[in-house]
Amino acid sequence: MSSRKPYVRKRYWNEPEMGWYERAYFFEVWRGVRITGGVFLANLWKFMTGRKGALTAYYPEETRADYAAHNRGKHILTQRPDGRPQCVACNMCATVCPAQVIEIDAAFDPDDPSHPKYPSRFEIDYSRCVFCGLCVEACPEDAIRMVKETPDLPGFDRDRMWLKQEELLNWQPKQDVAKPYPDAGAGRTRGAP
Amino acid sequence: MSPDFAITLVYIGYALAVLLTFGAVLTWVERKQAALMSDRIGANRAYLRIPFTQVKLIWLGLFHGMADGLKLLLKEDFKPVTYDKLGYALGPWLAFTPVVLVFAVIPFGGTLNPGLLFPGLADWFGGRTYPMQIAPLDAGLLVVFAFGGIAIIGAMLAGWSSSNKFSMLGALRAGSQLISYELVMGLTILGLILIWGTVDLDAMVRQQSGTVLGFLPAWGIVYQPIAAILFLTAGIAENKRIPFDLPEAESELISGYFTEYSAMKQGMFMLSEFIEIAVIGALFTTLFLGGYNLPWLTDAGFVFPGGGTIELGHGTVVAIQVVTFLAKVFLLCSFQILIRWTLPRFRWDQLLSFAWKFLLPLSIANLVVTAVAVWALT
Repeated sequence: MSSRKPYVRKRYWNEPEMGWYERAYFFEVWRGVRITGGVFLANLWKFMTGRKGALTAYYPEETRADYAAHNRGKHILTQRPDGRPQCVACNMCATVCPAQVIEIDAAFDPDDPSHPKYPSRFEIDYSRCVFCGLCVEACPEDAIRMVKETPDLPGFDRDRMWLKQEELLNWQPKQDVAKPYPDAGAGRTRGAP
Repeated sequence: MSPDFAITLVYIGYALAVLLTFGAVLTWVERKQAALMSDRIGANRAYLRIPFTQVKLIWLGLFHGMADGLKLLLKEDFKPVTYDKLGYALGPWLAFTPVVLVFAVIPFGGTLNPGLLFPGLADWFGGRTYPMQIAPLDAGLLVVFAFGGIAIIGAMLAGWSSSNKFSMLGALRAGSQLISYELVMGLTILGLILIWGTVDLDAMVRQQSGTVLGFLPAWGIVYQPIAAILFLTAGIAENKRIPFDLPEAESELISGYFTEYSAMKQGMFMLSEFIEIAVIGALFTTLFLGGYNLPWLTDAGFVFPGGGTIELGHGTVVAIQVVTFLAKVFLLCSFQILIRWTLPRFRWDQLLSFAWKFLLPLSIANLVVTAVAVWALT
């Protein structure tokens, strides 16, 4: 019993030492208040002169401009020169989709021998989509792509988060398709199916 | 209705409106100021939609306070199974009421001559003037400390009657902390009482209306700078806010003495905290920042030392004084919020040794020096 040494707290070589200046506390408080108050006043001045005192983007009203070019955002369906979808309704994207959010109804167009099968309904459930990009990789026709932005992504109602075919088809650069088509649809007066 | 009674009613209405507005607005100010201090935006999503239109009033998130209040009013008022139902019900009121009552003795403006403001009622008022203070008591400062003492009972009763160990610990902490800092607060004020020879807050403020050495305003902070710092420190500790928020320390005691309170009862603790920010600001303004006084402003208008004068009507002077007081109080509230978002919380032994080993000797030394100086000068 008597051989047990009393506990001695270990002293480290770099233990913080406080002089009277730190111990008096008020000077250090004043230093801290000057720092935070300076940040506050600077941000208040920015705010009052119409700028933001923060890097925060007011999502969804604002979106950041610096999305990467390869960011996987909203899906689009590419279009043939006459505005109809490039998609051949092969269901590969719907099959590979891990979240199973793509629903395609195929239809037959006898007037168009070069592209007889087309989607009469192509919908994506955005409330479940995981933005993995597998649908884009699976597509043999370069018919589905993802743009870098995600406009109007949030919603208040799950039923309204289905992305419909019209919305998928409103991507503007129509000529940018990988597969050149013979002008089978040239001169057709009928609208897109 | 006698004119005195009417004037008192108007004052009470004004004081309640000011305090509750401060309580509501300070919740917003605190959120926004904290956001600006840490490079954030702050709450800005709650809005009021004008009915039948799509016009949404966001107003920088000002309605978040309203949304919070409405939520607190509509929530279930959960009650614990406690042996002391009366104490449990009294707790929030005992914490809330004294804070509001302190404002009764604080002068928020100079002398009001209602006959000059409303010539149609001049006969009824008969030329009487009223100091702008709900209760013009000789012992104003003592009333402040008396009500401060009652606030301790509120916190302790709430913690004791909740039959919860966390609440109990919070109540014990609140009791010892408030008593320690009440002592410091009283001793710092004694210096001012020595200088001005009165505990009447209105008389104190009137003595702060001149200038010292020709250019400094004769405010208490010029005579007693150390007492001012100590008083503000003790005031923040009285209010149980960070860095002195040990009675409700979230990370240790859930929320301390009001852990078991829900809905609007909990809201009353929160509201009394925010009102107390304003009340401490008002007390500090009254004692150390000259209350409603601006340098060179007299009851007749501005009188500059170079000889220039600006004549102002009675209504204008009263308005300037009231706005000056409110502006000073608001700046102090903002400063308290700055402190709250700057400093980390004390440890419990640090808190008590800070009060007893640092603030108390300092305030006694300040008192002794003041006493010697006053004795030497008179």
